[in-house]
Amino acid sequence: MLEYLGYKNTYVGQCGNQIGCRFWDLALREHAAVNKKGVYDEALSSFFRNVDTRVDVNDGTNVQRRKICSLKARAVLIDMEESVVNEILQGPLKDLFDSKQLITDVSGSGNNWAVGHKVYGGQYREQIVEKLRRAAEQCDCLQCFFVIHSMGGGTGSGLGTFVLNTLEEEFPEVYRFVTSVYPSAEDDVITSPYNSVLAMKELTEHADCVLPIENQALVEIVNKIYHMTNSGNARIGVKQKSLVSSSKGCVKETEKPFDTMNNIVATLLLHLTSSARFEGSLNMDLNEISMNLVPFPQLHYLTSSLTPLYSLADVSVPSRRLDQMFSDAFSKDYQLIQADPKHNLYLACALLVRGNVQVSDLRRNIERLKPSLHFVSWNQDAWKTGLCSVPPVGHSHSLLALANNTCVKPTFMELRDRFSKLYKKKAHLHHYLHVNGMEQSCFTEALSSLASLIEEYDQLDATKGMSISDPPRLNVAV
Amino acid sequence: MSVVAVQLGQCGNQIGYELFDVIGSDLHNTSGLYSNRENESYQTACKERFFSKEASGVPVAQAVLVDMEPKVISQTLSMAERSGRWKYDHLSQFSQKQGSGNNWANGYCVHGPKHKEAIMDLVQREVEKCDRLSGFLTTMSLAGGTGSGLGTYVTQCLREYYPNSFLLNQVIWPYGTGEVIVQNYNSILTLSHLYQSSDALLVHENDTIHKICAQLMNIKQISFRDINKVLAHQVGSVFQPTYSTEGASCYSRNPLGDFMVSLVPHVEFKILGLCNIPQMSENSLAYSSFTWPGLLKHLRQMLIANAKMEEGINWQVRSPSSRIPGAAKVSVIKKLNFNTSLANLVVLRGKDVHTARVDAFKDPRLYTSWLTPNDAFSIWTTPRVFNKYEKSATLVSNSQFLLKPLDNIVGKAWNMFASKAYVHQYTKFGIEEEDFLNSFTALEQVISIYSSL
Repeated sequence: MLEYLGYKNTYVGQCGNQIGCRFWDLALREHAAVNKKGVYDEALSSFFRNVDTRVDVNDGTNVQRRKICSLKARAVLIDMEESVVNEILQGPLKDLFDSKQLITDVSGSGNNWAVGHKVYGGQYREQIVEKLRRAAEQCDCLQCFFVIHSMGGGTGSGLGTFVLNTLEEEFPEVYRFVTSVYPSAEDDVITSPYNSVLAMKELTEHADCVLPIENQALVEIVNKIYHMTNSGNARIGVKQKSLVSSSKGCVKETEKPFDTMNNIVATLLLHLTSSARFEGSLNMDLNEISMNLVPFPQLHYLTSSLTPLYSLADVSVPSRRLDQMFSDAFSKDYQLIQADPKHNLYLACALLVRGNVQVSDLRRNIERLKPSLHFVSWNQDAWKTGLCSVPPVGHSHSLLALANNTCVKPTFMELRDRFSKLYKKKAHLHHYLHVNGMEQSCFTEALSSLASLIEEYDQLDATKGMSISDPPRLNVAV
Repeated sequence: MSVVAVQLGQCGNQIGYELFDVIGSDLHNTSGLYSNRENESYQTACKERFFSKEASGVPVAQAVLVDMEPKVISQTLSMAERSGRWKYDHLSQFSQKQGSGNNWANGYCVHGPKHKEAIMDLVQREVEKCDRLSGFLTTMSLAGGTGSGLGTYVTQCLREYYPNSFLLNQVIWPYGTGEVIVQNYNSILTLSHLYQSSDALLVHENDTIHKICAQLMNIKQISFRDINKVLAHQVGSVFQPTYSTEGASCYSRNPLGDFMVSLVPHVEFKILGLCNIPQMSENSLAYSSFTWPGLLKHLRQMLIANAKMEEGINWQVRSPSSRIPGAAKVSVIKKLNFNTSLANLVVLRGKDVHTARVDAFKDPRLYTSWLTPNDAFSIWTTPRVFNKYEKSATLVSNSQFLLKPLDNIVGKAWNMFASKAYVHQYTKFGIEEEDFLNSFTALEQVISIYSSL
């Protein structure tokens, strides 16, 4: 009998847990739409355990192809205050989690990376390792950890990157994908530049792939969707339940303001894993993403875009509309960070397509789009593609584009500037320095790590538009 | 004598399936253009080559299916089962839970050694089912990680365990762009290693077959399934039974042996390509008729002009009027885009095949100076039709056809290597920069000897 993969998700902090909550909601919905018989199949097993609650079964004994008894999410939820986790536990998704998957405290990290990383990290290390181990043992083949956290606050950035380091120590073979939500410039957390830059150093050193997401970009996408659906243009007729951001059909009735934004991030994760969960004519495993998109170890920050944001009423898809999906994915309006990949340098690009799309559609669009994009000289054919035959609920097809592009640089530079502004005045520094194990050098090292990352992007950017002659080939004597 | 197929990775398994499916449906082909006796001996020969018997009477493919993730194999097994015409032995498959991640080194250095025993046990099991083993036909892509990396490793094991059997590797040449970003690295690592272990590499180019689907088959939205079907048809048209010598009274019983003798006269030249005509959609086929002189004239021009399909052949290319020795010859040939051969095999199937004249392929100007056309050219025939085509002609060629694509792939990989991009992903799994350099050297050598034909 065939066995299954497992993914482990780890949410740290308020933001991470809110996104996680949306993710489980959407994942359940997606599998419910595909898996009509209620059988616990391989696809479902990637994210969920099947537990028979009537008998006290010891874990790791999930029998395949059984009826679904009680699904448990493969996740560990970590927060240093209780409100968000408690809300999840009282909400409709409460049955997905049991107490063995939770780590909470009551006092919060006070928006201080050092408190999250050093204080809580040390205090909770054993618990974290134990719960991660336990969850990992319940997977037959642990392929990947997803860590979802925010960069601005204390728990997400501090404890989140602590968890990342712990994962590397305890499970060096398992890939670590991190979804990091970056604060916007008008963030209400005054210390967010410190927290983000301190966290960046950890991400650069310990993650296999980072998908940066910016709050401001999400806000603009949500506005765009709102505008499109409420423009009163009756001709367009957007189909119900087809919005990327929609919660309709989910277990939750009332939408909260952040839900829409969190849904987008959750959908990103669903698409990312679709090819490993469902069949297709060109499968794409998660480890292929870093293999193809990360040419140099540190440059593992990938920009992402999701299209279509909504699908129009008619089901048959003219190829023009299919092509529009590909064009949109390269437009700056659809990126999940505020960046313009088209006017910057591509190191590599991946297209993860779902639904009824064939290799000829892919080739046509790559050929069409390629002339308008700049690729680094040694990687002119830097396209990776995947075809998964199961589309997302409510759509006939969808696209997730991931790009390793120098357009992330401005985000990092802005972060550096905001950090430097505070740091020059030594503002709030004492809050960090009185934490045990936190030294001034932590700040300077984090800053120079960020600087060297920016420098790497600079060097690549410098090659843009230059005509570079091919290196001379090897000579062989016949 | 039997052939054992070894299907490696997603691509290898999908193509392997289509190949058996073409053979399986051709086996049951009943258009009445040949005698019953002919048909029976054809069917017997075909079954002996590719299938083993089972109590139920359904032919069982002599194949080992290997992949590092489960989805493709489980789908392949059930598709074969559903066809009703043939099936796989469900015990002859090996899969794991996590793919090789497009990483040749992961397939070659990690998965290969780890699963060597299990895979070679399955191979041995298949071999023991055969009365006599002719050899192995492996199918794998160059681009991915499992097919290329693990495939290379398994090929080396096959050579080690069965030193006296023939070993033909079918390799799928990736699209120029758009499949896997590290495909050029994976390709050069695979090709250079296979060149050591394999008897011959039969190369199928995705770009070529994609074009055939678009222009000859008139398919609007082309899927991998369409591409694999065309490819399987081409391969099937070579390896289905034929009479391999003039006036032979029974079908050849050593397909791989005959194949190698015909096409690999020198151990340093082992890259083979194939093309076939006619190739068209079923609808157009109903309104077309063909003559042997017409088909063979086109096939010859496809050979010398290096056109892999019937449309858009360059008819300007002519064989050099006389042999000019030395450097002058090279420049003239370059100008003419003339594709020089080392060896060619023409396979003809269908009505009135005894009337077909292949003298044009015996022209010494087609070949390198150190082989006579008699040694360089072979022909296999059968009056039995293949797959709905009343007449069909296939050419397998050991020639300069792959020079350009090979030069391209080596060049792109070299550019990438010069900036050290992605190298860390490989060294992580245990190969060194030195290994890359060795591969580059080996392939530059191949390019250079084929250029000097």
